Amino acid sequence: RQELLKWNGWGYNDSKFIFNKKGQAEFTGKRYRLGGMVLPTFKEWIEKTFGASLEHKTTSRASINVNDVPPSIVNEEFLQDLRATKISYSQDAEDRVFRAHGHCLHEIFVLREGMFKRIPDIVVWPVCHEDVVKIVELACKHNLCIIPFGGGTSVSSALECPEEEKRTIVSLDTSQMNRILWIDEKNLTACVEAGIVGQDLEKQLAESGFCTGHEPDSMEFSSLGGWVATRASGMKKNIYGNIEDLVIHIKMVTPRGIVEKNCQVPRMSTGPDIHHFIMGSEGTLGVVTEVTIKIRPVPEYQKYGSVVFPNFERGVACLREVAKQRCAPASIRLVDNAQFQFGHALKPQVASIFTSFLDGLKKFYITKFKGFDPNILCVATLLFEGDREKVLQHEKQVYDIATKFGGLAAGEDNGQRGYMLTFVIAYLRDLGLDYYVIGESFETSVPWDRVLDLCRNVKERIVRECKEKGVQFAPLSTCRVTQTYDAGACVYFYFAFNYRGISDPIHVYEQIERAAREEILANGGSLSHHHGVGKLRKRWMKESISDVGLGMLRSVKEYVDPNNIFGNKNLL
Amino acid sequence: SVAKQTTEWLETVSHSLFVCSQQKELTSKKRDEFEDILEERRLSSDLRYAMKCYTPVIYKGLSPCKPNAIKSAVLQSEQVQYVIKQLAKEMGESPDIIQEEATEILDEMGHSMQLGAVRFFAFTLSKIFKRLFQRVCVNEEGMQRLQHAIQEHPVVLLPSHRSYVDFLMLSYLLYTYDLALPVIAAGIGKADFLGMKIVGELLRRAGAFFMRRSFGGNRLYWAVFAEYVKTMLRSGYAPIEFFLEGTRSRTAKTLTPKFGLLSIVMEPFFKCEVFDTYLVPISISYERILEESLYAYELLGVPKPKESTSGLLKARRILSDNFGTIHIYVGQPVSLRTLASGRINRCPYNLVPRHLPQKPSEDIQEFVSDVAYKMELLQIENMVLSPWVLAAAVLLQNLPAMDFELLIEKTLWLKGLTQTCGGFIEWPDNLCAKKAVVSGLTLHSNIARLVDGHVVLNDKGVEDGAVGEIVFKRALAILMCATYRNQLLNVFVRPSLVAVALQMTRSFRKEEVYSCFSFLRDVFSDEFIFFPGISLKDFEEGCFLLTKCDAIQTSQQEIYPTDKGSVIVSFLSAMFRPFVEGYQLIFRYLLKETKEAFTEKQFIPGVRNFVFQLLEKGSTQCYEALSSDMQKNALAALVQLGAVKKKKMSNGFTYSVNQEAVNKILDMFDARIPVQKPVAARL
Repeated sequence: RQELLKWNGWGYNDSKFIFNKKGQAEFTGKRYRLGGMVLPTFKEWIEKTFGASLEHKTTSRASINVNDVPPSIVNEEFLQDLRATKISYSQDAEDRVFRAHGHCLHEIFVLREGMFKRIPDIVVWPVCHEDVVKIVELACKHNLCIIPFGGGTSVSSALECPEEEKRTIVSLDTSQMNRILWIDEKNLTACVEAGIVGQDLEKQLAESGFCTGHEPDSMEFSSLGGWVATRASGMKKNIYGNIEDLVIHIKMVTPRGIVEKNCQVPRMSTGPDIHHFIMGSEGTLGVVTEVTIKIRPVPEYQKYGSVVFPNFERGVACLREVAKQRCAPASIRLVDNAQFQFGHALKPQVASIFTSFLDGLKKFYITKFKGFDPNILCVATLLFEGDREKVLQHEKQVYDIATKFGGLAAGEDNGQRGYMLTFVIAYLRDLGLDYYVIGESFETSVPWDRVLDLCRNVKERIVRECKEKGVQFAPLSTCRVTQTYDAGACVYFYFAFNYRGISDPIHVYEQIERAAREEILANGGSLSHHHGVGKLRKRWMKESISDVGLGMLRSVKEYVDPNNIFGNKNLL
Repeated sequence: SVAKQTTEWLETVSHSLFVCSQQKELTSKKRDEFEDILEERRLSSDLRYAMKCYTPVIYKGLSPCKPNAIKSAVLQSEQVQYVIKQLAKEMGESPDIIQEEATEILDEMGHSMQLGAVRFFAFTLSKIFKRLFQRVCVNEEGMQRLQHAIQEHPVVLLPSHRSYVDFLMLSYLLYTYDLALPVIAAGIGKADFLGMKIVGELLRRAGAFFMRRSFGGNRLYWAVFAEYVKTMLRSGYAPIEFFLEGTRSRTAKTLTPKFGLLSIVMEPFFKCEVFDTYLVPISISYERILEESLYAYELLGVPKPKESTSGLLKARRILSDNFGTIHIYVGQPVSLRTLASGRINRCPYNLVPRHLPQKPSEDIQEFVSDVAYKMELLQIENMVLSPWVLAAAVLLQNLPAMDFELLIEKTLWLKGLTQTCGGFIEWPDNLCAKKAVVSGLTLHSNIARLVDGHVVLNDKGVEDGAVGEIVFKRALAILMCATYRNQLLNVFVRPSLVAVALQMTRSFRKEEVYSCFSFLRDVFSDEFIFFPGISLKDFEEGCFLLTKCDAIQTSQQEIYPTDKGSVIVSFLSAMFRPFVEGYQLIFRYLLKETKEAFTEKQFIPGVRNFVFQLLEKGSTQCYEALSSDMQKNALAALVQLGAVKKKKMSNGFTYSVNQEAVNKILDMFDARIPVQKPVAARL
């Protein structure tokens, strides 16, 4: 699996954006719908948005320089004990570097141009719950530090090894614990090992006609255990729920022993739910090994859709109304104008004159006939799921609401492309990095009445901070509302800028991101909706949950892991 | 240990002095050039100007809407509806009735800007201004900065307030430069301004809206008003304009700021409803103030004529008069976000729905007050001083008559001194001192004139009048003259109070002088503009400026006037003597004449008669103590110092004097006991 994936960027080796010989952008590989297609307007968009030029290029190192990698320091007694367990392990430099990071910008930057100061000393691959128990026992015996590793898609610096950690760091890779242990069709649950990756889980369940419906944007790479450890959220949570709604039972191995419940029930009143100590613990308490998760029959029918709104304000008002009437489809997202334009730039070359003509006609209808300003309008993408009849009924209800807010139906195709883009967009950063453009996404949740203010202020703050920090071209600062709830919404920001002329881009980038986070908090947004805290956002934990709240979490940690075996230093 | 503390303190002081001097040099900035906007008006058609294509730049986030849409948005807003429901519940009335009331309030204050009215004003004001004023000078760079600011964020214009001309002129100016016309919060007394039916309506259509000057208990009024202002601000509908001073300063001396409106316009930022708000200090300086004699009468307690339309028409007479030059300096827009950065935590607003009325926290109140003072200090910094202002200051120290040549010489000397202290003097190009003074005298011939080589005040009324009549005429002339000297006071207040302290303490010990300075600063806190809290910094600045003009020398522990400096020290302290003496008289009145609680309505005539009698007897020369402005300020200062108790009664406030405390303060003025203050604790 490690072979399939990029060592210094996002996703599969064979999938990436390139500029072909004609200077046109192209997406390689066959894994995505966009694969092999030429994107004729994309180059212009990059140049216009970032002031970037194809002539100014930076290149990453071709491979890891093994000599730079910190040596593996593991004491022999432990190795002997480990060998006795027959659990496979590796001290190979590439294996260790691969597990020393997540996908924050600074981490990727280090991979491309430098080296981490501290990385795991050894990687272990348990294949089952019992293996994990053995490893944790050994770690306690030899006083080692364990950092659990699932899909490696963290964007909160959660996987970074604390530099000051003197003990041997063991990276516990759960990827070999990837079996579905059983499926219970009567109760619609499945017990699954925590290392399974999202898309494998769905694929294997589908063979029996089921799905979990949990689809975070990273589902191709992220693991079930990782979802539990970070309180993940899925795109289709409106039907299936977020991870906390899906989980029925969790088994976790801690230095104190195994924690689990004695039954698999939909709800119980037995004091505070211990699952909630585990979900979001970010690898600070133990390793999640097995999870019983709710499953559903694979839906009979899926339909995409999209709506164009004259402006972002109207779009948000529409989403709010949809949430009020509790009729949100499986997914409903609203992208702002900048992101709409971006999506537009990723439109592949059209196959026939006819489609091109049709596109032109649509554009004419929306901008000229309906008077939408192409520089203000915004788009909502929709995904409906269920049995055919209900989907069509549901669809009508949502489009009726949209019409009340000035929305115009804009077709299935635009909707589908919107969702495909969320998977592909992650690849873009690697292209940007080649041309002096750095960027990242971050998210928050916010009450409905503050959505507009928060979006405007955070975007503006980013623009102002860039200006003050000497960024020469106005940054891309854009957002989308990705989830709706009864009392608020989840907002996702993308932010990128051209760093030519700046000597320490990562530092500047981090200052701006920090300012943006402060603006979010001032505007009544949360520290995180689903990315988690990790080490990146630790400094705001106290103001987020109060002194006493932090103390409560600390005392749990102190009881469960008094010697800080799970010493990744996340969260607290 | 006292000695040790003292040395430590002196080290701090001398160190800060050093820092201060460095800062000063860095901040002694160049000011923008002025441009006369009337010049073009005199050359081309006013009609064409009024009918010009007017497409003002607007806020980038503006969604266009009509004044009526704003009004209904205000009435329907959660904020106003909340208060209506609350009141309905409390008073057991139907919400509809209160809603009705809210609509009436809104109609009374609301503006309805119409382009037609604006054009009418543009035409008429062109005609009027050209007759009244020689020149209307504006710093164009300031206008450019403003234009930029208006597009970026909601803008609040904060002009100084000396005359009704202020807001007419400012709107006129924005029209001339193709900027969005401001909506103006103008205060109204009972039968004050709205009484001017036609003019009032015209002003309303030109964008003015009106607030009652006092609406203390009326929650509905407050809610409607606040929401109205905030709605316009949030939508970026137009720049909001109001006067920090609350009312026209009758003395040409900046009044201490009012905080109510300022805190309203800051709230959208605190609640994150706007990204930022620009505060723009604007200094409007008049060479001759239109209302100067009205003000003087008013200060002396002669009721002012009602501002009725017919009264204004009678004022046509004024049109034939000459009021010299107006200088308008549009200051650098100040970002509220920058001011609040690191000081204000906006998170507490996140736990309560934003439409619920919340009492601002102490942090916020303190911040609003600091910003208000900062803005007024910025206004003062860019107030333009004419040669006549300097001459008036000299003349007032040399009454009853002054040799003309000496006046010229002294005026020129004061010019240098003023510039050293950061005053902004506009001395007409290449004009020799004599011509400048003569031109001032010509413009102000109603105040002073040249008789046999001597300059005398115009204080002769009917010959052989009663003693009272003579005193009154004289007081009138002196107060009018003081209006011009007053424009210098805030420039000189820090060095001058050091000078006064030097004379009062008759000591060279820095610690003692500072202690006295600090006392004076507290007593005069309503009279002059000091940034809250930083007494030591003010003292250092005063000392620094005196050192800069070679008036004093300072060592570690001492301050002493230089040989040539004693002239400056005595001039500066004499400039403030009317206040020192005036306050003493007022305090004395309070000790003698008030045994029971009194109201302000009783206090003002009481102290006026008291001073008047002393003047008639010739036992004082302090005519300025007759000014009701000074009397009110002195009373307010005593309230703040805790020497007078202010109590709220059903029909207003009553005051009662703590004899002992007032006596003590008076003693300090008389320098009968050494001033003692816990100095070390403050530093």
